[in-house]
Parts: sequence; C-alpha cells; structure tokens
Amino acid sequence: MSAPVIDSKAAERKQPAAPAPRARATFPVHFAHYKWLYLLLLPGVVYFAVFRYGPMYGVSIAFKDYVPFLGVNGSPWVGFQQFRDFFSDPDFGRLLGNTLILAFLNLGIAFPLTIVLALLLNEVRLSILKRTVQTLVYIPHFLSWTIVASLSFLLFALDFGPLFLFINSVLGTHIDFLSDPAWFRPLIVLQDIWKNTGWGTIIFLAALSTVDQDQYEAAIIDGAGRFRRVWHITLPGIRSTIIVMLILAIGQMLNTGFEQIYLMTNALNRSVADVFDTYVYFVGITQGAYSYSTAVGLFKSLVGLVLIFGTNALAKRFNQSGLF
Amino acid sequence: MKIHNTTGGKVFDAANYLFLTLVGIITLLPFIYVFAGSFANEAEITRRAFFVWPEQFTLGSYEYIFSTPAFIKALVTTVVVTVVGTVVQLILTVTMAYPLAKRNLRGRRLILSLVVFAMVFSGGMIPTFLLVKDLGLLNSYWALILPAAINPFSLIIIKNFFQELPAELEESAKMDGATEVGILWRILLPLSKPVLATFALFYAVGIWNDFMSPLLYLSDNSKWTLQMYLRQVTASSDLLGTGNVDPNYIPPEQGIKFAVIVVATLPILIFYPFLQKHFAKGMLIGSVKG
Repeated sequence: MSAPVIDSKAAERKQPAAPAPRARATFPVHFAHYKWLYLLLLPGVVYFAVFRYGPMYGVSIAFKDYVPFLGVNGSPWVGFQQFRDFFSDPDFGRLLGNTLILAFLNLGIAFPLTIVLALLLNEVRLSILKRTVQTLVYIPHFLSWTIVASLSFLLFALDFGPLFLFINSVLGTHIDFLSDPAWFRPLIVLQDIWKNTGWGTIIFLAALSTVDQDQYEAAIIDGAGRFRRVWHITLPGIRSTIIVMLILAIGQMLNTGFEQIYLMTNALNRSVADVFDTYVYFVGITQGAYSYSTAVGLFKSLVGLVLIFGTNALAKRFNQSGLF
Repeated sequence: MKIHNTTGGKVFDAANYLFLTLVGIITLLPFIYVFAGSFANEAEITRRAFFVWPEQFTLGSYEYIFSTPAFIKALVTTVVVTVVGTVVQLILTVTMAYPLAKRNLRGRRLILSLVVFAMVFSGGMIPTFLLVKDLGLLNSYWALILPAAINPFSLIIIKNFFQELPAELEESAKMDGATEVGILWRILLPLSKPVLATFALFYAVGIWNDFMSPLLYLSDNSKWTLQMYLRQVTASSDLLGTGNVDPNYIPPEQGIKFAVIVVATLPILIFYPFLQKHFAKGMLIGSVKG
C-alpha cells in the first residue's frame, strides 16, 4: 500500500459533537457497564502490548551488549558503544551511499515515469483500451518479490535467458547481469518500474479526473493544442497531488524494501547491494551480532521517523493551504 | 464532450495508443514466456531464446513438481497458513475496531494513540526476532501469523467505517434488548461484508506473498512455505552465498523453475479481478481524503 497521510483524527472531526456528557460515572461503574466491549478489546490490546510494544522494549539492547542466555534485561549496558562502532565502521558510508543512490534512482526515474504513464492513460478516449492497459499494468503489483526475482533470474539467466541474449547481442558483450555489480542498480530499478509503475498511476488518475473540464473547452476555443493543454491545465491541476506524493516518497526513502534487495543480493554484488535493512539481517540473524544490528536498525528507524513526520507535516501544509 | 481533433492530435492519439498497447504487452511478456516454458521440454528452453508457444507440449515439469513431496508440503502449508492467518487477522482486527469505534469508551483515546504510534515506529527486525524466539515460536507456523496479526492502518480504517454507520441502527437494536456483542455480530458485520471482504483479500495476498517472515522464523527447511521453496528452486546456487539455503541442494532443470513460478502466481491471477476492483478503491480510501 502507499504511504498514508497519518491523520486518524480526521474521521472524528467530521462527526457531530457527542451528546453533552452526563454526570461522569466512576471507572468501576463505567467498566462494569461496558465489560463486553472491554473484553472484545482485550485480544487486540494484548497483541499490541506483546508484538508491537514488546519489540520496542527490546530495542534497549541497542544500548547493551546482548548475551542470549542473560536475556534483554540481564545483559550489561554499554551506552552508545554500538552506535560509535557503527558510525566509525567503513560499512556505514557504504550502506548510506547504497541506500541513498537506490532511493534517488527511484525518485528520479520510477516516480516521473508513473506520472507520464498516468498522463498518457488520461489522454486515451477509447475506454476499452484504457481499461485493458490498466488491467494489465496493475497485475505485477500483486505478485511477491520472490516471483519478481524468480522471473528476473530466468529472463537474465546466463547463456539462455531471453533478456541476457537480447541485451548482450545489442551491446556485443557477454555480461552476466545477475552477478555484475554494475548491473545491480539498473536491475532493481527495472524491477521497481515493472512492479509498481502501473499501480502508482491510480492516485494520479484519480487526481486527473478532478481537473475542471470547462478549462479544456475554454483552452480549445483559444486554440491551445494537445501539449499546451496538458502543460497549462492538466499538470497544474494535479500539481498538489504530485508534490504530496513526492514528499511522501521522500519520507519513505530509507525503506528500500528488504525482500527485493535481499533476493537480488549475492556473493558477487554485496558491495553495491547492501542497504540498511539487509545489513541488519546479515549481521544480526546470520552472524548473531544482535546488539550491533539492533543499533543499526534503530538508527535507520529514527532517521526514517524524522523523515516521515517532517514530510507528513509538509504534505499537509501543501495539501491544505495550496501554496502553489 | 466532443472535441474537434486536429491532425497533430490524431497522430498523437495513434502513437499514444500504440505505445500503451506495447506497455501492456511488455508487462505481460514475462508471464507468457514462463507459462509457455512450463509446458516445454528442457532442450527447447535452452535452445530457443524466447517463445510464447512450446513446439512440443509436455506436462513433464508439472508431473515432476507434483510428485515432489517437498513441493506439495510447501504448497499445502502455504494454503493453510494463508487461510488461518487471514481468519485470525480479520477476527482480531474487527474485535478491536468495534470497541474503539465507541466514542464514549474510556481509555479509547490512549489506545488509539498507541496504535498510531505503532504505525510509524516499530522495534525493528532484530528485537522482533528475539521476541519470537523467546516466545518459543521459531519454526512454528504461528510465527508467520502472530507478529503481524493486526495491521494498525486497516484497524483505523475499519474503526472509522464502524463509526460512520448510522447510530440509529444500534440504538433501535439496543431497545430490542440486543447486547453489544449481538449488535456487532448481527447488525454491523452483515453491513460490513464488502469492507471485510476487501481486507480479507488484502491479508490473504500479504500472507501468500510473505517471504521475510518465513526467512526469519523458519530455519527448518521441511517447514518452508511456497515462497521459500520458490526461491531455493529459482536462484542459481553459485550466486546465492547469502545463507539459509540447504547446502546439499542440487538445482533442478529449468522447466521445473518455470512450473513452480506458474503455481505460485496462479492463485493471485485467479483472484486478480477481485483484487483490482477492491484494492484500487482501498488505495484511494487510504491515501486521498476527500
């Protein structure tokens, strides 16, 4: 799903004000009256306490030297030692670079392509064609990354994959795209485009359908051609949506997607493939450095949190006051 | 609206239609290739660079995988985990959403803010892994279901949906002597069927496609799900070097890979017409607030 604008209060604000409060009952009376509701609430509350807030408590091992048989509570505190180790590790710069490069490739290539595809679809007046193309390009969104990676393995398979043969014959080379580090990023971007571009158009198409049709008629009378109409009416009409979606994408930019990267990582391309999420897995789960990898994950979460809150506030401002 | 179309406009339309048709076909080509390849023999797959129709039609790959116990087990496991997981997620989400939709319930505001906080911050991979380990759930199928049993985002949407149902429905039921649980069961749930069906699809696709949870929590390869099996089958072993693959594993013939991909994709394609309709709507509910 796309990144939501976090605004849980919106639904409540729309509702009429609650009836004037009666004399406030004491909590035991209130509780007894609503015991069935509280009982229904219980499993969910237990779930959040254990599986959502439990791990948040477990994050404390980022400041400890976690020893499995001592547990989270028994392991000794080491303060910011894990963070110092991480920031002084050469891996830190490499991870940050890899993560940011992938994020900017995504913002610079996949994001504009989504808008272009939406604009092209919007220009189609033959509704059967429009619906057919939409139906086809939405499909990959629902497939797992395992399937996307498997399809890539087959299409680029050394010496027999269709795309391996095609691209190499065009370039006159013999490149193994799956192991060559130089081709890791293009492959990831290509997968992203194939999987998500079509689905991403939904938001833009919804915005496009709200652009005032009268403006087009006025522009036609004034003699504006196709491209001028798109440039002067359509694009300004969806500008706030574009800005909000861009801002939200920036808020998510550290989330490079564990599954996709992990599945495409191999022994030969680790230097460019490692990002924060997969590094946490390799160092934490496969090498057992629990405290260190938790510190790495916490660092990424905190930066992500700042990005999300910052961009969410920005998005709301653009959305409501319409600065543009 | 009738718009006079200029010559330039017609040329643009033609080019645009052609381009979009190509985009649609290119999106589909990998499936067609894999589908065709799953019915071809090994020699044809290695000899022909690309094809959309096998010269010699054979069911050999399917016969092979459906006589492989590991594959059958992975398939059955995945179906069972998907069904049970979807039911668990629906029940937990609905039972929590209903009380939270009552605006006079005390403690509700606190719980809601804790839920929203859990939406934006999580303990992360390692603390969650250690928790699952401490609970003794490693190599248990519950590890694929419980850690993500309630999606805070869908909880809030279902809560809002309950809130927006007319209050008169509940009031009249209460006057007829219905209990809170009775109201939920007999009045709200029947009204929410379309919404709940959408979320059921959403959850089922998520569990079916999940690769990270089995990777983290199921180290015993006899318990693997279809996605794990698929990865082992399709990744060429010399390239892996990233752990969690059986070292004694011998990679299969190419045709087998094609057939496994088809089987893993098929359920999604069968449900796709429903998915497209409901998900597109759901995405707009979540993202564009009118």
